[in-house]
Amino acid sequence: MSVRRSLLALFAGIALLLAACGSSGGSEASDTTKAPSSGGGATTTEAPLEGEITVSAAASLTESFTDIGAAFEEEHPGTKVTFTFDSSGTLSQQILDGAPVDVFASADEKNMEKLTDAGLVKGEPAVFAQNQLVIVTKPGNPEGIESLADLADAGIISLCGEDVPCGKFAGEALENAGVTIPEGSVTRGQNVKATLAAVTEGDAVAGIVYVTDAIAAGDAVDTVAIPADENVIATYPVAVLTDTQDAALASAFVDYVSSEEGQAVLEERGFLPPA
Amino acid sequence: MLLAAVVALLLFALPLIGLLQRADWGNLLDDLRSPTSTAAMRLSIETSLMATVLAVALGMPLAWVLARTDIPGKAAVRALVLLPMVLPPVVGGVALLSAFSRRSPLGSWLYDVFGIQLTFSPAGVVLAEAFVAMPFFVITVEAALRGLDARYEQVAAGLGASPTQVFRRVTLPLIAPAVAAGAILSWARALGEFGATITFAGNIAGRTRTLPLAIYLQLESDPESAIALSLVLLLVSFAVLVGLRDRWLGGARR
Repeated sequence: MSVRRSLLALFAGIALLLAACGSSGGSEASDTTKAPSSGGGATTTEAPLEGEITVSAAASLTESFTDIGAAFEEEHPGTKVTFTFDSSGTLSQQILDGAPVDVFASADEKNMEKLTDAGLVKGEPAVFAQNQLVIVTKPGNPEGIESLADLADAGIISLCGEDVPCGKFAGEALENAGVTIPEGSVTRGQNVKATLAAVTEGDAVAGIVYVTDAIAAGDAVDTVAIPADENVIATYPVAVLTDTQDAALASAFVDYVSSEEGQAVLEERGFLPPA
Repeated sequence: MLLAAVVALLLFALPLIGLLQRADWGNLLDDLRSPTSTAAMRLSIETSLMATVLAVALGMPLAWVLARTDIPGKAAVRALVLLPMVLPPVVGGVALLSAFSRRSPLGSWLYDVFGIQLTFSPAGVVLAEAFVAMPFFVITVEAALRGLDARYEQVAAGLGASPTQVFRRVTLPLIAPAVAAGAILSWARALGEFGATITFAGNIAGRTRTLPLAIYLQLESDPESAIALSLVLLLVSFAVLVGLRDRWLGGARR
């Protein structure tokens, strides 16, 4: 292959990638070039906020935090919030390894404690939401699953990894119900969205995810409730990290999550208010 | 120039050194003997060997057709064969899922008629590994076939050997080194497969959790084991390199 053809192939590939992400790239550019004006929201302080922060948030917060981030940016023009969504365990590990993150929102208290213990959290973490677990099945529930006990011999069951909060909670719920699913029929997702995808996209017959993820999946799954005496409450703390480059903006975002507007978004997505 | 070359070399060397210095050498054997590690290793060895057998059994005729026949649309066929080499493995996994999941026409037919479910099964791991590994075998063997002087085969045929006999007694011995090299390459690629496997076959302990999946999962819960397993794969890679030294490291004969 000639040099010219190789280069041509390279440029064609890059051009395709640029074209594919053209729309989002364009809106991003317009967002950042917008002149900062004074915010009209109730939470604004004296100086108008501007700049960028990175928020690492549990995968179960994907939809609600995306909405909250957009609303926050709208209320504070000139700001930009970038999210990383993954399992809380992966995210806390990344932060321990030095990832440049301003705000961390965890799906459990254990992973937040890891950062608090390492001295990486500024101030006290604030609990902003709670969540519960639910069984998801294929649409129409073809296997006729009615309870956690039915999962023991239904086929391939999708659970989160044992070190991912949703996997740990699922384990607790199964233990509460006195149910053991043989490990040979459990596929483990690296975060709750991957766990859900094994049911919606793959051939797992059922899975255990958060109520909020089942709601976000819509018609792609049927849900089977887990009784309160077997269910587990997941508690979500959020905190500004000591390594933040913009403490004012990071604190403003954390406050916004707990504000009326933030709480309304979370409630709409199926989260429970903090106890 | 020299400085840039040193930087390039460091780019390769530093991660390896990092891996070696982070390893917990004292407990290495214990980490490798843990049930999760041994289960992943056994599964990886079994599935990668089966994927290699599949790649050789199916890749050999394909390489022969590409090298020796004049079928129409050969460029398109070759492009199709080589695509998995440049395709991101996770895309391969999504593609396999689209073709063989129980909700796809082919997948549901396999399940309804034969009771075969490839997703979330060791067979699915083998399929995903063969998908990404077979191209390495096909291009290696095809190149060898093309480089072969066709007159040997013609003479053998002229002396009355059947096409099968010609292939077994003349062609195969002549391309044997390439067949071995192609098989080793595919095996190494199959052993390292991650993206297509986790997407298509899931992550089930003892059934579809191969070494790379175990490394990824244990990096959070048990980093020492993850590093120990990484060292195993590093060692295997070195062994492959040593095995192929005549081809790649400027051996005397080539």
